[in-house]
Amino acid sequence: MHRVAIVGIGETEYSRASGRSETRLALDAILAALADAGIDRTEVDGLMRWSVDTTGEEEIAANLGVKDLKWFGEVNQAGNVGAALVTHAAAAIHAGLANVVVIYRGVNGRSGRRYGRGEVTGRRGQGGAAYTEPFGLLTPQHGLAMLSRRRMHEFGTTSRQFGWVAVSEREHANRNPRATYYDRPLTIDDHQDSRHIVDPFRLFDCCLETDGGGALVLVSAERARDLKQPPAVIRAAVQAGYSERGFVDTAAVSTAPRLWAQAEVRPSDIDVVQIYDHFAPFVIFALEDYGFVPRGEGGPFVEAGGMRWDGGSLPVNTSGGHLSEAYLQGMNQLIESVRQIRGTSTAQVADAQLSFCDTGIGTGAIILERDR
Amino acid sequence: MTSTPAESTRPDFPLPVPSEDGAPFWEHLRNGELRVHRCTSCGRLQHPPRLMCVQCGSTEREWALMSGRGTVYSFVITRQAVHPSFEGHIPYATVIVELEEGPRLASNLIDVPVDEVAIGMPVHLAPTAVSDEITLPLFRRA
Repeated sequence: MHRVAIVGIGETEYSRASGRSETRLALDAILAALADAGIDRTEVDGLMRWSVDTTGEEEIAANLGVKDLKWFGEVNQAGNVGAALVTHAAAAIHAGLANVVVIYRGVNGRSGRRYGRGEVTGRRGQGGAAYTEPFGLLTPQHGLAMLSRRRMHEFGTTSRQFGWVAVSEREHANRNPRATYYDRPLTIDDHQDSRHIVDPFRLFDCCLETDGGGALVLVSAERARDLKQPPAVIRAAVQAGYSERGFVDTAAVSTAPRLWAQAEVRPSDIDVVQIYDHFAPFVIFALEDYGFVPRGEGGPFVEAGGMRWDGGSLPVNTSGGHLSEAYLQGMNQLIESVRQIRGTSTAQVADAQLSFCDTGIGTGAIILERDR
Repeated sequence: MTSTPAESTRPDFPLPVPSEDGAPFWEHLRNGELRVHRCTSCGRLQHPPRLMCVQCGSTEREWALMSGRGTVYSFVITRQAVHPSFEGHIPYATVIVELEEGPRLASNLIDVPVDEVAIGMPVHLAPTAVSDEITLPLFRRA
């Protein structure tokens, strides 16, 4: 049994115009992550990628000078596959199919392909889109707003409570010099006064659009002990694909029971949380559907300051998240979840032992722990 | 009164492309009927149509005529265009209609100002031809 650890993290600067290719961004992040881990680039023998990205593993391997790429893969769906990639990479190492796996991405999500635009995500009325796009449901935002509206109706969650998610995350970003909104505060009135994009989502409910790259290096926990950084050991990792579920359910109704059983811990044991916040209410919904708080109590929880680093009982999105740090679709939050185990976050939770990271609408999550 | 996106005549408007599993749905709409995939084995209604019944696994299906009556189950209002073919129709509301028989489908409401759309609003079917092949299942306030 090979336990697996994340031993290297790397990222580029986050900007609105990187001035370089997505491949260059990915390579810069990978080199940073390998240097962080203290592993030579030629030792890499596994690569994992987001299927929506443009840079293939062969191009990366050729640039790195990889001698023998033993394992590579991608996870199909959309941005929300970060935890699934960790799951796949960990499985490969666990099975002995590869020794050093790098999960990478480089995206010009602001200056290049913009995910929030119908031109990128639209399927031109084909397949299931025949039943949604002609009525103006064109982007991920539309479907998620539809779920959110119904959930507001059923559980009494309010736009103002969405706003407290955005404000709490902005406070964290204001401590993080890498964050896009490092030097810009946000008040609840700013949120409530901001225009609707797809109502009920307001401007400050929506994630950033970011150019940047990020990378993670994974090895066995045994190997991790000889490397430069304190390992972030993967205690549990799960993913979920299509499953029949209720209109207001996130996929966490599938993943949460598996995650907690695999980890052999309870939500109340978790010290710090990252949640995929393409839209602010999904922080509330994830807190509820993973079982951190009961359904309907996520809104009051964030309104009372529960997710704030300063004084909250469960700090969430401590680097500023997708709303205020950067939108690398889960990658920057996976990196932050590692930082919390190392003790190097700019909003560090004291003595964090268990670090939780959801990478999208409940479709995947990991729990990291300090090496024992 | 407000417009619906389906009034768009732009060539890049994402008209439905009928697929193997859903072609009869669109054929019936062209005749003014809203018919939903019903499993002939277990009787389950499901929308969108699929090749198999998600409940019992049967591949046998029929097309059950709906009354056209329903209520608004959820809705969003797009106030900033995300696709060029919708730019002339901002703001527009997209609704999920829950039919009285149970299935839910996405639609737009004809002649309902966006600020009047509400969960629970009773609606009825208004099939609306948008091309020679395609008639959309739009709705009006009941």
